[in-house]
Amino acid sequence: MNKVLILFAHPRFEKSKTNQALLCGIDQIDGVTLNDLYEQYPDFNIDVEREKELLLTHEVIIWHYPLYMYSAPAMLKQWMDWVLEYGWAHGSGGNALKDKIVFNALTAGGARESYAAGQHNRFSIREFLIPFEQTGALCKMIYLPPFVVHGTHMLTHQQLAQQVALYHELLRRLASGAFSIEPIRQYDYLNDWLLTGQGQAKR
Amino acid sequence: MNSAFLQDALIYLAAAVVFVPIARKLGMGAVLGYLIGGIIIGPFFLGFIGQEGKDIMYFAEFGVVMMLFLIGLEMEPAIFWRMRRLILGAGMLQMGATTLLCFTALSMIGFTWPAALACGLALSMSSTAIVMQTLKEKGLTKTEAGRSSFAVLLFQDIAVIPILAFLPLLAITGVKPPSDGPASLMAGLSGWTQTLALLVAVNAVVLVGRFVFVPFLRFIARIRLRELFTAAALLIVIGTAYLMMLVGLSPALGTFLAGVVLATSEFRHELESDIEPFKGILLGLFFIAVGASINFKLIFDHPLQVAALVCGVIVIKSAVLYATGKVSRLSLDQNMIFTLGLGQVGEFAFVLFAFIAQLQILSSQWTDMMMGATAISMTITPLLLLMNERLILPRFGTKEAVREKEADSIEGGHPVIIAGFGHFGSTIGRFLRANGVDATILDNDSDRVDVLRKMGFTVFYGDATRPDILRSAGAESAKILIAAIDSPEINFDLIEKTKKEFPSLRVMVRAKSRLDAYELFDMGIDDVYRESLDTSVRLGVDVLCKLGFRKYAATRAGQNFIRYDEAALRTLAAHRHDQASYIFNTREQIELQEQLLTIDRETVHNVHDDAWDSEKREE
Repeated sequence: MNKVLILFAHPRFEKSKTNQALLCGIDQIDGVTLNDLYEQYPDFNIDVEREKELLLTHEVIIWHYPLYMYSAPAMLKQWMDWVLEYGWAHGSGGNALKDKIVFNALTAGGARESYAAGQHNRFSIREFLIPFEQTGALCKMIYLPPFVVHGTHMLTHQQLAQQVALYHELLRRLASGAFSIEPIRQYDYLNDWLLTGQGQAKR
Repeated sequence: MNSAFLQDALIYLAAAVVFVPIARKLGMGAVLGYLIGGIIIGPFFLGFIGQEGKDIMYFAEFGVVMMLFLIGLEMEPAIFWRMRRLILGAGMLQMGATTLLCFTALSMIGFTWPAALACGLALSMSSTAIVMQTLKEKGLTKTEAGRSSFAVLLFQDIAVIPILAFLPLLAITGVKPPSDGPASLMAGLSGWTQTLALLVAVNAVVLVGRFVFVPFLRFIARIRLRELFTAAALLIVIGTAYLMMLVGLSPALGTFLAGVVLATSEFRHELESDIEPFKGILLGLFFIAVGASINFKLIFDHPLQVAALVCGVIVIKSAVLYATGKVSRLSLDQNMIFTLGLGQVGEFAFVLFAFIAQLQILSSQWTDMMMGATAISMTITPLLLLMNERLILPRFGTKEAVREKEADSIEGGHPVIIAGFGHFGSTIGRFLRANGVDATILDNDSDRVDVLRKMGFTVFYGDATRPDILRSAGAESAKILIAAIDSPEINFDLIEKTKKEFPSLRVMVRAKSRLDAYELFDMGIDDVYRESLDTSVRLGVDVLCKLGFRKYAATRAGQNFIRYDEAALRTLAAHRHDQASYIFNTREQIELQEQLLTIDRETVHNVHDDAWDSEKREE
């Protein structure tokens, strides 16, 4: 059994249909904690002790946010800057997060195809996530591929429902602890891993 | 201590404890409760106390004495100066016109001119004790009506001094010097000498106050024994009163003067908080005594005469007051409060009538009649005010609101009710309105209500602590009630009633201080907002910035401090009840500060700000 912590950062959550759908019903899943950062710290004044305590009591950490200008909303960066302290999360003696799992779960307006060399966004999502990946590495954490919902403006009802089901399935699987890490790493997105698991073709 | 004293004390206290809560429950105010209690235990009904009311009154006049000392204390010259036009203008107009009209009326029914003039002066007095108490209870002291009432009352209180000095002159024609009454050094002196003696005594109080009391208090304060200071405060009041009685002057006036003299001293607030509880109890006693001293035998013997006298006096006084209010440009409903509030004859009339009788300006039969009328008028005014508030004011004060209400109830009413729209509540209201949230506002300052109506707010005039007003403001369908009334007592009252009558309504409360916040926690309120917290911290943050702190660091420190302070508040609130003994309010405040400072020292707030901190890495 794992405990899963979703660090959710969305400055306009009330307007985001996709993220509302993704998070709807999450409290029904055992072992999942939602930490709604913009709701918790409207003044950006992060309670570092509280956040550290949360990190210590969870094994799987998710940075969940909408992709803003190819990165996370300011709050998540603020959270990383304040909470991941030298001497605690990284540096000498900074082993508090060692071997915990971390990954990004994000929503993006553009289609998956547009995130590639020569395309509209010129770089892949994985490339844009390099700072997060390295932060995970710096904190001696296990960094997994991201879970991405693309083309949020164009999703049909059905497609959205499918993505929601996928995300919830992911949370359930991570919480159960019944998975091995190495095979997951070969996938580009966690979405792909989940789909193969369901017997569907890997992209 | 003899058993008779204990028995008396028992009866008085029991009357207060029984009747005041009943009166409050019926929405009548404490003053009326005391008066009714007095009537019931008085010689004409149950007969528990005094064959005649006068000896009780003699004792209870001390409440008035203390009240005047406190009023004197509040009379900072600066305040007086700011209100000088209102005090002199409205005060003179009211007293002059009332005296003149009463003089004319009494002359017409056959009074000699000195008697008519003396009675006219006495009848022009209104009751500071009743009016100030009632205004305070209803939270009206800061309204226009409250200010005007205070001004007129103050003028009257001051005017008593020259009137007392002047009365012996009227008696010259009566020739006979007073033979009975309290042992007075001046008994037997002629009118002119008495007048002179009074003026000398008044000046003596002022001089002694300035050059003896203040150094004396400084000496006592240095000993640092709280009860000794209380004793000293009482000593000053009682000493002054005794001195005044010795020279045959009203003790109330002496202490008023002593109060004025001490108003500018550094001990003002200390004295105020020391005397206040004594005043409260004794004033209650005074009202009981007034109730008990009503000579019902006389009233039953001459019911028509007394009734005519009471009505006549109240009508004359009210007419003059109404005109005065008009001249001072009070709005109609404010003027109604002012007019009916001051319509009675006041406690100084008892003093004056006693003196008038002593000087034999008026027959004892008429003096008794006048005193009876005075007491009855004092009993009636709280009732008149109550009627005004319940029946008259809502008629034209809320007429528009009733119509608006019907429209509102179709949409289900506003989600938020704001009780109290002073500087605190109005900021909330404006903020909510700027964000498209409509709030229903309750306020008891009719001038403010008028302005707000014109600005398109949904405003109800009235006392927010009354469930029926709350109900008509939509308390049943609203989600949140914001208790933003200035007076903590009224706020508490409101919260208690809301919790009982509208349990599903969420109450968010303005708290004046930490102690108020504790009370609120005890009452089960979670959303407590101390008005002194955020602003003070913001100022502190700006100080840090001006001293060279980076703004972000300072702002963060401020936010952390608020968070920490609110946590500490809750912790200390829980421990508060561990302390077994009852501690005085001010002392509790100081102990609180001490506790806080100790915890502050133990916790260094920004210790956790290790991020972005390069010093550590350089080790």
